[in-house]
Amino acid sequence: MASFTLNGKPVSVEVSAQTPLLWVLRDHLGMTGTKFGCGIAQCGACTVHLNGSATRTCVLPVSAAEGGDVVTIEGLSDNDDHPLQQAWREYQVPQCGYCQSGQIMQAADFLSRTPDPSDEQITQAMAGNLCRCMAYVRIHRAVKRAAEIGQASQASTAGVGVFDPTREQEVNHGQV
Amino acid sequence: MARFEDQLAAVEAKGSDAQGNAKDGALGMTRRGFLVGTMAGSAMMAFGLSGVASAASGGSASESLAAGRFEPTIWYAIAPDGTVTVHITKAEMGQHVATSLARLVAEELEADWSTIEVVYVDSDPKWGYMVTGGSWSVNHSYLPLSRAGAAGRIALIEAGAKLLGVEPGDCRARKGQVISKDKSISYGEIVSQAGLERTFTEEELKEISLKPASERRVLGTKGGALDVPAKVNGEAIYGIDVTVDKMVYARPVLPPTRFGSKPTSVDDSDAKQVEGYRQTIELDDPSGVCQGWLAVIADSYSAAMRATDALKVEWQRGDSYDISEADIQEQGHALVASPSRDNGSLFVDIGDVTSGLEDANQVIESTYTTSSVLHFQLEPVNATVIEEDGHWHVHCGNQQQSLAVPMLAKALNVDASKITLHQYYLGGGFGRRLYGDYTIPAALTAKTLGRPVKMVFTRPDDTRLDCVRSPSVQRLRSGLDGNGKVVASEHAAAAGWPSAAMAPAFLIEPVENGGKLDSFAISGADHWYDVGAQRVWAQQNHKAHEVFVPGYLRSVGPGWTTWAVEQHIDELALAVGQDPAYFRLELLKAEGRNAGQAPQSVGGADRLKAVLKRAMAKADWDSRDSLPDDVGMGVALTFGQERDMPTWVACIARVKVDRGDGSVKVERLTTVADAGTLAHPDGAMAQLEGSLLWGLSMALYEGTEYEKGQPKALNLGPYTPLRMNHVPELDLEFVESDAMPVGLGEPGTTVVAPAIANAIQHAVGVRLRDMPMRAEVLKAAL
Repeated sequence: MASFTLNGKPVSVEVSAQTPLLWVLRDHLGMTGTKFGCGIAQCGACTVHLNGSATRTCVLPVSAAEGGDVVTIEGLSDNDDHPLQQAWREYQVPQCGYCQSGQIMQAADFLSRTPDPSDEQITQAMAGNLCRCMAYVRIHRAVKRAAEIGQASQASTAGVGVFDPTREQEVNHGQV
Repeated sequence: MARFEDQLAAVEAKGSDAQGNAKDGALGMTRRGFLVGTMAGSAMMAFGLSGVASAASGGSASESLAAGRFEPTIWYAIAPDGTVTVHITKAEMGQHVATSLARLVAEELEADWSTIEVVYVDSDPKWGYMVTGGSWSVNHSYLPLSRAGAAGRIALIEAGAKLLGVEPGDCRARKGQVISKDKSISYGEIVSQAGLERTFTEEELKEISLKPASERRVLGTKGGALDVPAKVNGEAIYGIDVTVDKMVYARPVLPPTRFGSKPTSVDDSDAKQVEGYRQTIELDDPSGVCQGWLAVIADSYSAAMRATDALKVEWQRGDSYDISEADIQEQGHALVASPSRDNGSLFVDIGDVTSGLEDANQVIESTYTTSSVLHFQLEPVNATVIEEDGHWHVHCGNQQQSLAVPMLAKALNVDASKITLHQYYLGGGFGRRLYGDYTIPAALTAKTLGRPVKMVFTRPDDTRLDCVRSPSVQRLRSGLDGNGKVVASEHAAAAGWPSAAMAPAFLIEPVENGGKLDSFAISGADHWYDVGAQRVWAQQNHKAHEVFVPGYLRSVGPGWTTWAVEQHIDELALAVGQDPAYFRLELLKAEGRNAGQAPQSVGGADRLKAVLKRAMAKADWDSRDSLPDDVGMGVALTFGQERDMPTWVACIARVKVDRGDGSVKVERLTTVADAGTLAHPDGAMAQLEGSLLWGLSMALYEGTEYEKGQPKALNLGPYTPLRMNHVPELDLEFVESDAMPVGLGEPGTTVVAPAIANAIQHAVGVRLRDMPMRAEVLKAAL
């Protein structure tokens, strides 16, 4: 039995402890937004937030998430309005789209720690995520744009954060 | 378009069953009339020759639509609430094809874009030959879908005028409304109040004049893609996301070679220790795709993965285990040294090349190679298969349903009419999913078990089954006269031929009595430069076919022919002491066979010249000789995929070579493209960006080789596609044009590698003729 919090709700799954979190999310909990790419934690398609940090799930035993707080792309925002999601639509980032959940989750963690990143910092933070369609120019541009949206929103809400302040866990993540 | 239609005509002539019931004509919408009728309260717009004939002989369009026996093919419908639903027969794999195709309909229909919805249809013979590739979709759909939209508009104006009590001639259509002076009525109201009844014969359809470019309100305008929102919140459903009731999970166990292996013993005692493991089965495949395969079945995919890893199998290996990439390339070198009809055919044969070369002042000869390239589409291949009442439902993303269905029919030993492929978003296509071989083991497993199966390949499994871009060898020899003019050129290219391996009906004979060949493996060698007498040989490397199934990989043949042609042109320029860009301008003359033909290639070589000039200006080409040490600028051109559907592209690469380790930093890619009318400009730019970076990735970072029956690089780590930290500055521009829209998925991939090679030569005087270009090779040459 594995138990953790998924997108704000407690879940328990009857599954062997060594099952990678990716497959627990996809096959047992029906959260298919998180993708299977390389299976060796090198492409980034399987990235989610575990206890606030971007984490590759394809090689992570579900036991490592026991009692933890897991956020997937489906739980990143209430209305698809995370600054990254806004920027992703504004710059029309996805092509095939398969890597994009991972890209966005990676970028969300990065921006939460680095709200005003330089171009070089964005590249360093995102270089571990493969986009086979090679939409890198737009990914880079959109991360930068999301930082701007986040900053503006931060300013207008006096540091409360763009998320619903009643959603304690996301505020705790320090998301921009 | 001629070449594609020739190919499809050949496919049809060979019998529709073998290649997927292309019985209604090439594209399911050509050579047929058009019906506008009403069904269940909605207006239906459909192609259907028999339906038109029926309507003409007394029946109404609506009766024809209702009588399913006429199989009219409904391309779009308008509901009483005004929603316009466009059926998309193409695969959505990152090119936003539904957006482009719906834009074609919306433009002529004068629809309100906010009312547009798209539906990706399942396989059905009524759609004609279902294939998404070749950068064809927008080009091939332009006339039929524009006319379909226009026919709908005409019918709506006629019906709307009647309801408004005015003459159709006094009405116009805008944004989903028929308008006459101060009166107007919406499309939805017309459909719900009066319905529509109208037929157009094939001739009438062709006579509809499309709107002039100045009247366009949709094509060429800004706007997002319909598939983007679902791709930023996890809602987009790919083949790998499908679940069906009562399914079990499976992972294939691939034998050591693609062909001719079989398991001699299977020990699953360790696999049985994996919780959720059920069993391992052998697959018996009448289609021949799965030779010696096993499938591991489990209650979860994770268990299937671990059980497969725990399985102990002894194999009798196929003969190709002993054939390496070097053996394949050795064969290629032998083929291009003495090309002949025994191993291939003539692709171009103009003038007397033999005496042209003999009489030349100097002959420049060079040989170029490319190594195997993986598709590495990020979603590993997979399929979920369920049989219900004798009908097989195959769920997966696929680019060529009309090829996959007959393969499945053979494997399952059922009639093709008993199989439906259900389409999903593709986690990358790039040509990989043109071949539906990956659906076969899933279907066979479902048949053996008698229950639904979801089979997913791991990344290494996917790589081992990949129909890679064949390695290639090319030899070019060109003669120059005393004035530095090219008088004769011979080009021989040897590679595996995708069409020979997958769809032989697509082989064509371009030169009379020149023999059949796979144009996909040689296109690009028939370039637009005036080189005097010209002979091009396509040679089939049979050794490659012994080891793997050569695949269509983004741009296919032009990926290697452009690598050779565009370096060779530079080598000729250098041999006569000329600037390579100005040398190209001299060779581009829009006359004779290079004059171009309306509408597809109107303007001919002049359009290639124009993009080159513009790129030279943007990149400041004329300052090329004052660049810093070890920095160079190189140029390359492409006309895309086919002479009959040219996309004119010029690319200038600026590189810096590190003499210490031989590494190459691409500082900037300047690219100008003329693709005619851009149906969806932002999508077009995305394709150009992505395809250029694909080209860069293949030039410097990809490539693998076959060894012991499989590619050496099975996963990331050894395989290293481009990442964000190697993205150069991109300076891209489209030529404004209202010419026929052409293709953009592939052309950008081909120009980057030769532009970089030419730039490296300019920077440090070393010519790299083998792709990928490796730092250690460059270092050794410095």
